[in-house]
Amino acid sequence: MFAYIIRRIFAAVVLLLVVSAVTFAIFFLLPRIAGETADQLATQYVGKNPSPEAVAAVKQNLGLDQPLYTQYWNFLKGLVSGAEYKFGPDAATCHVPCFGYSFKNHLEVWPELTKRIPITLSLAIGAAVLWLVSGVTTGVVSALKPRSIFDRLAMGVALAGVSLPVFFTGALLLTVFSYEWPILDNLQYVDFTEDPLMWARNLILPWISLAFLYSALYARLTRAGMLETMSEDYIRTARAKGLVERKVVARHGLRAALTPIVTIFGMDLGLLLGGALITEQVFSLQGVGAFAVQAIADNDLPKILGVTLLAAFFIVVCNLVVDLLYALVDPRVRLS
Amino acid sequence: MTDLQKTPADAVPAPAGDPYLSVRDLRIHFDTDDGLVRSVDGVSFDLHKGRTLGIVGESGSGKSVTSLGIMGLHRSKRARITGEIWLGGEELIAAGPERVRQLRGRELAMIFQDPLTAMHPYYTVGAQIVEAYRVHHPQASRKQARTRAIEMLDRVGIPQPDRRVDDYPHQFSGGMRQRAMIAMALVNDPSLLIADEPTTALDVTVQAQILDLIRDLQEEFGSAVVIITHDLGVVAELADDVLVMYGGKCVERGPAETLFDAPEHPYTWGLLGSMPRLDRELQDRLVPVRGTPPSLINVPSGCAFHPRCPYAALTGGRSTSELPVLAEAAPGHLAACHLPADERHRIFAEEIAPRL
Repeated sequence: MFAYIIRRIFAAVVLLLVVSAVTFAIFFLLPRIAGETADQLATQYVGKNPSPEAVAAVKQNLGLDQPLYTQYWNFLKGLVSGAEYKFGPDAATCHVPCFGYSFKNHLEVWPELTKRIPITLSLAIGAAVLWLVSGVTTGVVSALKPRSIFDRLAMGVALAGVSLPVFFTGALLLTVFSYEWPILDNLQYVDFTEDPLMWARNLILPWISLAFLYSALYARLTRAGMLETMSEDYIRTARAKGLVERKVVARHGLRAALTPIVTIFGMDLGLLLGGALITEQVFSLQGVGAFAVQAIADNDLPKILGVTLLAAFFIVVCNLVVDLLYALVDPRVRLS
Repeated sequence: MTDLQKTPADAVPAPAGDPYLSVRDLRIHFDTDDGLVRSVDGVSFDLHKGRTLGIVGESGSGKSVTSLGIMGLHRSKRARITGEIWLGGEELIAAGPERVRQLRGRELAMIFQDPLTAMHPYYTVGAQIVEAYRVHHPQASRKQARTRAIEMLDRVGIPQPDRRVDDYPHQFSGGMRQRAMIAMALVNDPSLLIADEPTTALDVTVQAQILDLIRDLQEEFGSAVVIITHDLGVVAELADDVLVMYGGKCVERGPAETLFDAPEHPYTWGLLGSMPRLDRELQDRLVPVRGTPPSLINVPSGCAFHPRCPYAALTGGRSTSELPVLAEAAPGHLAACHLPADERHRIFAEEIAPRL
């Protein structure tokens, strides 16, 4: 088991390196291939009517005049030892870990990102709890009474949940609860450590609209999984033992049906931690997703690179956790 | 395995007194979109403690449905169960599902065909046996239950039971899994054990071991055993009485010795004729029962076997129009066939017996 964990962690690190290389290539190699010169690339960081000196400084600072592999190497070096941008009037230091420095608004990328991680984390974790509880419960109840009124109703709502985008449900919730009946108005992100109650109050609407989408998916997944496992032979064995039906469902049925849910959950959560772009936009949450949107709108390459790597990091980590969990849940995985 | 001739020493006389299990006119029908499926249609039999009943038939003859019916495991709302199932003086169909659940695993236990899929892949073998024990012994501690599980694993012949108890089912071989299933079924000393094709998924060498085990355990625990199979060899090995099912009905029932020596029903002849025999010198090709099992929605009129019966013409048309009733052909030996008894005995003696 220990060797397995080490192997998986090593693989995750390699994967992150590959992701960083590919991302780097996309943002710094593709423009060159498309014919942009280093000067043109540098110009966009200097503002309107730039002086040639300023452009040259940025070019040197960003290393745009160097070959790509040197640039990439410097980027990796910056992650562990920081970087100095010492040319021109805009000399700056980028502290460890240096995920890049945005010359557009003279900010280091990493502190900007870390400021936003708690917001995205709060949004994702809260919504995840909601959708896991509601989705799995609905799915189980539906599966136990297939074709019942509850089942049909729940699956109908689930279909709506899958089909309705967050920018619709979110806006609807805002209209109803913040505007028509202002029970939840003036939604501002408050840090959990500051005031847990306000934190929850101000996040409840984003949680609900995000969870609605996912719980619909999870309800359908759980229902399908439960229907399948409840017809397995080992369920019949459990009943033949004389177990009460509640225990047959929870201990034997749900246990097996939840395994694929764990996998999907890990991936979904990983994706969300990289930024819930639409939800953050709808509720004006300054999370990682909003940061990404802003970076793309500004065409600010260091920021885009940073946020992409962060998102990749979350996905890789969540997948790693899922794989390790899987080995815990399913004894057959442990041995092979 | 294939020795159909039981030595006279094996022949236990039918015990007197009330049977432990008594099934009376059991009918299990399923409402489906295609129509009413008459899986079991009026089956009756008695079984005393210490005796073994073999239920034989092809796929779809209703033998497994019967056993699941006795266990109360037909949960679908579409299942309609009528008749009476008396177990130790208690009627189960009227008793309600909760009462049957309490008896399940304690008085009635079952082992299934495929021990790999019948065990939960995520729990250790020990945990599953412990669970079976603690359902009916809630006062037992985990440690006591574990000791009991190891004891049972030892009893069914699992080597190093104190270590194997923590293994998962996939770490067991097929035969060991079936042994573990038997241990799980017997952990509460049930009075009735139903074995549904217990050896079908196992290879031949292991089959014999499992049958030996079931027989030994039955002698030790004195329980009643119902063994469901399509393998007449298994029945010959274990059963005191045999019930042959066809199309949801019992077509022949009797003590194993007389049923194998002098089978009365043409379907039983067919089953015997289609079975390979190693205890015979020379053998022609096996003779299959021609045709396919009947649909349980549109059961053939009259005798359900008539479309496949080579002797249907000898009944003067009665086999297509009239339902044959189970009638005593010899003491304790019943058969449902329109052929006159003399005619049957002649056909068997002249045409069937020489080929067996």
